[in-house]
Amino acid sequence: MINLATSLGQTQTPEAVMFWILGPSAVLAALGMLLVKKAVHSAILLAWVMITLAIFYIAQDAVFLGIVQIVVYTGAVMMLFLFILMLVGVDSADSLTETIPGLRPIAITAAIGFGGLLVSLLGRATLGRQMVGLTVANTDGNVQELAKKLFSTYVWPFEVVSALLITAALGAMVLAHHQRTIIRPTQREQSINRFRGDSMASAAGLPGPGVFARHNAVDVPALLPDGSAAAASISATLKARGDVIDSRIFELSEVDTSVEEEK
Amino acid sequence: MNAANYLYVSALLFTIGAVGVVVRRNAIVVFMCVELMLNAANLAFVTFSRINGNLDGQVVAFFTMVVAACEVVVGLAIIVTIYRSRRSASVDDASLLKR
Repeated sequence: MINLATSLGQTQTPEAVMFWILGPSAVLAALGMLLVKKAVHSAILLAWVMITLAIFYIAQDAVFLGIVQIVVYTGAVMMLFLFILMLVGVDSADSLTETIPGLRPIAITAAIGFGGLLVSLLGRATLGRQMVGLTVANTDGNVQELAKKLFSTYVWPFEVVSALLITAALGAMVLAHHQRTIIRPTQREQSINRFRGDSMASAAGLPGPGVFARHNAVDVPALLPDGSAAAASISATLKARGDVIDSRIFELSEVDTSVEEEK
Repeated sequence: MNAANYLYVSALLFTIGAVGVVVRRNAIVVFMCVELMLNAANLAFVTFSRINGNLDGQVVAFFTMVVAACEVVVGLAIIVTIYRSRRSASVDDASLLKR
């Protein structure tokens, strides 16, 4: 019995060099994806695996798929992943303690069994003929031949896939849609609240920040007529961050009067 | 080198992806592992397309990419929705029905 490995035929030497450099690096990067703690590092390693696969596609005469792999996967999909990672928090490290006891040994054992089964199956399988190669199938060019297949034999799956894409876009919109839990106050209601509230202090709007004629940055509270700082004049965010400057340092008594007027 | 070596890489990547889905707890990493499995399957399709000398394998790989893109869009939307309500992207935290 001739097995698959010997019956498939040999590839050219440059491809072998490429494969033995990129193949192990792809597997190592995939392993690293499992072992690193931070999700961002996982994403970078996955991007490397995807670029490696794109090179593999191009080396195997699937030029169109190789380019699409780079554009769609390392371009769009990885961007989306990184975008969501930024949204959720980049430094959200995964705690590597297992919550289900004994999960990890079971998973690794099952993986070794499954992987060993696949590899040994590939090693023992027989195809009964030599590797054909794509030189004949790609006579008019890879893109043209793919287009012929896509728009003749596979035109129905192609249409179904378009429906799938529309459904996915709609699904994402439905999931992202955020329903209001409170009714938004109208302008009339806001006005009534301002004038019929507990005090009339804010009826004319909140005081603006800054000390008149001395300093007008948003991180300096305005001064009230009695000389105290108006807390309502600065943003609550700045206050929470501790970025507020004490307006007293801009008082006139603190001014350096030693500077002589130029003549 | 044999063309079958690509299939071995594909098998290894698929297995690693499957372990990642089971072992990792960050939902985004789990998702990336699913993507890895889909990519491994694509590599097998492209390699078999070359071995058999016709382009049907490449067409199937193309469809797989489209499905993977849809899956990423909806899946990440679900992750963001869960994160918004629970402030966590860990798959183990979303076990409200268990308790």
